[in-house]
Amino acid sequence: MKFRVERDALTTAVTWTAKSLPTRPSVPVLAGALLKVEDGALTISGFDYEISSQVTVGVEADAPGTALVSGRLLAEIVKALPAKPVEFAAVDGHAEITCGSARFTLPTMPVEDYPALPAMPGVVGTIPADVFATAVSQVAVAAGRDDTLPTMTGVQVEMTGTSFALLATDRYRMAVRELDWSPVDDDVNLTVLIPAKALSDTAKSFGAGGGDVTIAMPTEGGGTGLVGFSVQNRHTTSRVLDGQLPKLRSLLPTAYNAKLRVTAAELVEVSRRVALVAERDTRIQLRIDADGLVVEAGGTEDAKASEAMDCVYDGEPMTVAFNSQYLLDGLSAINAQTAVLSFTDPMKPVVLTGAAPGDDDEVIEIEGYKYLLQPLRFDN
Amino acid sequence: MDAFFASVEMARHPELRHRPVIVGGLGPRGVVSAANYAARAFGVHSALPMAIARRRCPRGAYLQPDGAEYRRVSKAVMRIFRDVTPLVEPLSVDEAFLDVTGARRLFGEPVAIARSIRERVAAEHGITCTVGVAQTKFIAKLASTKAKPDGLLVIEPDGVLDFLHPLPVSDLWGVGERTAASLARLGLHTVGDVAALPVARLKAAVGQAAALHLHELASGRDARAVTPHREEKSIGAEVTFDVDVSDPAVLRKALLELSDKVAGRARRAGYAGRTVAVKIRFGDFRTISRSRTVHEPVDVARDLFTMAHALVTENAEGHPLRLVGVRLEGLVESDRLARQPALGEPEHGWRQAETTVDGLRERFGSKAVRPASLLDPAPGDL
Repeated sequence: MKFRVERDALTTAVTWTAKSLPTRPSVPVLAGALLKVEDGALTISGFDYEISSQVTVGVEADAPGTALVSGRLLAEIVKALPAKPVEFAAVDGHAEITCGSARFTLPTMPVEDYPALPAMPGVVGTIPADVFATAVSQVAVAAGRDDTLPTMTGVQVEMTGTSFALLATDRYRMAVRELDWSPVDDDVNLTVLIPAKALSDTAKSFGAGGGDVTIAMPTEGGGTGLVGFSVQNRHTTSRVLDGQLPKLRSLLPTAYNAKLRVTAAELVEVSRRVALVAERDTRIQLRIDADGLVVEAGGTEDAKASEAMDCVYDGEPMTVAFNSQYLLDGLSAINAQTAVLSFTDPMKPVVLTGAAPGDDDEVIEIEGYKYLLQPLRFDN
Repeated sequence: MDAFFASVEMARHPELRHRPVIVGGLGPRGVVSAANYAARAFGVHSALPMAIARRRCPRGAYLQPDGAEYRRVSKAVMRIFRDVTPLVEPLSVDEAFLDVTGARRLFGEPVAIARSIRERVAAEHGITCTVGVAQTKFIAKLASTKAKPDGLLVIEPDGVLDFLHPLPVSDLWGVGERTAASLARLGLHTVGDVAALPVARLKAAVGQAAALHLHELASGRDARAVTPHREEKSIGAEVTFDVDVSDPAVLRKALLELSDKVAGRARRAGYAGRTVAVKIRFGDFRTISRSRTVHEPVDVARDLFTMAHALVTENAEGHPLRLVGVRLEGLVESDRLARQPALGEPEHGWRQAETTVDGLRERFGSKAVRPASLLDPAPGDL
């Protein structure tokens, strides 16, 4: 096997594949990137039995064939090469990379030990890559990180006709994003739970390139536990998680007793500052009345902090406490200039949404994203 | 207190007064918790396997421990101490340090205070205790050990070194078998030997920190103050099975009972734990500990059980177990804790149910309300 290719094209492709390779592979071959030359194109694949990624680039192919080399080492080498055409050749037991006057020889691993990548399932629809990336990042923040509760580590994707919803919860908060997409079949009705980490990485890496993301998954018979995403020449598949998220949507209130509107960035800054004294339990408290908002943190006898800030508040005076990190996560996830906190009761979940300035001083709440957060409770 | 558990039993069963009394687990794998001095004459001591104790002292009275009674007496005795000074540092259920510096104007010299405490404990509870009086905690404790049973030993400041230096190095606080062995290799057998050695040479043998510590102690110096409030580091309980257990149902029950006990104790002490740890001892004595740190500090038996059970089943892999233990670590004071409830979690959940049970148990005894699976089948039931 032998090919020639521009350094930049190779670097982009190899770097992208290498990112999804396992750092501690269960078998050594899984640390490898599989290079395959066929019909004037080079396909680079990586797989760890959970996530597979595959990218195709056009090359000047001198001889078809396959080679398996350490993905990480290859990525580091191509990144460091001078901006010149790269020549890659695999001959018995090793691979040679030549670029300008630089020469590298790498050991190869036996191709026959490499597992077959899962086949891409059928396409179910498409969604703009940048929109998808934003939506996933808004939701994945609420996913659990506790591997003993695997269901909670997933983002649930619900595809119903032309509506596309993403949902995640770690039991303490829940994020929901609803948007439109273009299904292949308008009567589609599919729900799939995708590991949040894999989905975020994929969405993020696809978001930068523009275009549309094609979503592929088995539509019949419970599926093969697989979901696929493609943009142009890049394809990934991910294993899906068993089960469904708890049905927490019903907790989203339909009517509110109080609404607080603040500048999101300002509340983030104030909360971060005040939370410095909150130590391990990371609790911060919002005291709200018609005069304004006071953000407080600190224990009974330890360090304390408080800071007042402007707000627009409509409701009875109240005090509500949050895990500061959860509040901060929500404030950045709304992705908006103004944050709106809607309350029914200081003990009940609060809904965080974004708002943007409209015409003549009006503030319009942004539809489509909700971050539901359970306030802290004090016993005694 | 002298042979505390055994003494309490003798106080409430006068017929046992002149017999060897041994308190401990009576199962096939029980160990001696306490033996009175009559039993000690037969070579029975605490931590001895019960089977050996029975062989050495077949005519002894063997009793199952009654924790509730010992705790009651212990509390009453600690109250006697607190009548003398608020500076009481309980060391265990039957031992405490008292700082009587400020009590002298009220109650007289330390010797007089020691005598009156011994008299009150004997009069009110029918048990004996031994008091060591000295300027430092370390010497006071040593003095009480040397004066047992039913004794009183006062070490005056100018008599400290005469008392201390002939003692074996193993009497120094912090010197176990291993340190004693490395000291013996240097030819150091008595506390006096250690005191005479330059610290630099001691460092070479036992390391910097230990060397400084030992040198201070051996010279009769101990700067530790009597601290009435001791912070709990962890709360745990364990059980040794009479026969190795591999039946999941039996294991489940044992863990439920331990979790119930530990969570109850944590709540009573006002703590919740961030880390749940289990101890597993296999049939071949191989012992492992496994822990998991959780998001929300735990003080509810139900949650503790869920995690402990998962940890044990994951790590025991069905092998027969000799012992299991459940422990809460990373304790935080629960009244300073804002709890993060799950979304949609009812305002009154398991925690409220369990605190209600705590109240019932306080009034009606520890077996008043229990998980149904832990109820002993009534006679006639299957």
